[in-house]
Amino acid sequence: MSQTQHTNTHGSVFSYTLGFLLSIILTLVAYVPVAMHQNSFHQLFSHTFLIPFVLTLAFLQLTVQLLFFLHLGKESGPRWNLVFFISTFGLVLLVVVMSIWIMTHLNNNMTPQSMSDYLIRNEGMHR
Amino acid sequence: MHDHEAVNRDKTYFGFWVYLMTDLLMFATLFATYSVLSGSTFGGPAARDIFSLPFALTETLILLTSSFTSGLGILAAAQNKKIHVFLWFGITFLLGISFLTMELSEFSRLVVDGNGPQKSAFLSSFFTLVGTHGLHIASGLLWMIILFVYITRRGLTKSAVQKLTLLSLFWHFLDIVWIFIFTIVYLFGGIL
Repeated sequence: MSQTQHTNTHGSVFSYTLGFLLSIILTLVAYVPVAMHQNSFHQLFSHTFLIPFVLTLAFLQLTVQLLFFLHLGKESGPRWNLVFFISTFGLVLLVVVMSIWIMTHLNNNMTPQSMSDYLIRNEGMHR
Repeated sequence: MHDHEAVNRDKTYFGFWVYLMTDLLMFATLFATYSVLSGSTFGGPAARDIFSLPFALTETLILLTSSFTSGLGILAAAQNKKIHVFLWFGITFLLGISFLTMELSEFSRLVVDGNGPQKSAFLSSFFTLVGTHGLHIASGLLWMIILFVYITRRGLTKSAVQKLTLLSLFWHFLDIVWIFIFTIVYLFGGIL
């Protein structure tokens, strides 16, 4: 009988150590500029740079830990775990990004003043 | 026979993975809620006023190290080294307890200062997001204690090794969720 490959549920000391070191480096690379930004009373580095910067580092660390700690790439056969992860990840992005998008627009367009103006003008309501 | 066992192990592994992904979706809704409400401070403190960056960094490094040691514990389990399993998971447990203690001390400091969850929408969503993560950590620690007792009584059986593998999977997952809490709650709080 042929030996079928099954999911390897553990890595090696090397892969865990490498993942651990990379994670620490990524954490510090994200942390130090933010700490400098705070210590310089928001003078050093702009918000438009720092926000995408730390988010990118978080996603890089997600990738590192998925590969070295959760061994997502080592799965054999039909990669159901990977497929399930990718579809969930899409849902997560949809939920988070759409919520922020919709609620920002609500905040911008439905301020109490413009809402009451609208009600007075179009719905025949009076104060 | 051996193949049959491996297929069952793969199924269990996949089933647990499905649970983790649904849990991830729950965290996604909490992250979305936090992102939407983090500016709604209702005259109370904003994130930059109450969070300490070095404190959050310490928490992050503790949890990261515990994720690493739980991985080494799994390697020891695969090589059937019982003493090493207890050593590495013992360290993981102590680091987990330290993390949880830090998180609870932060919560109690906030509540004592009058910045509890009822203060503003920002703080409600903060306590819900970080508290849910802390609850997961606490259940992971409870699971660890149960497995310690199980292995002491029955030895490092195949079933015990599989349970340890799922536990470390859970623990790595919690570490990943924390990276995003660290980034979105604490680092964003320090930036904005």
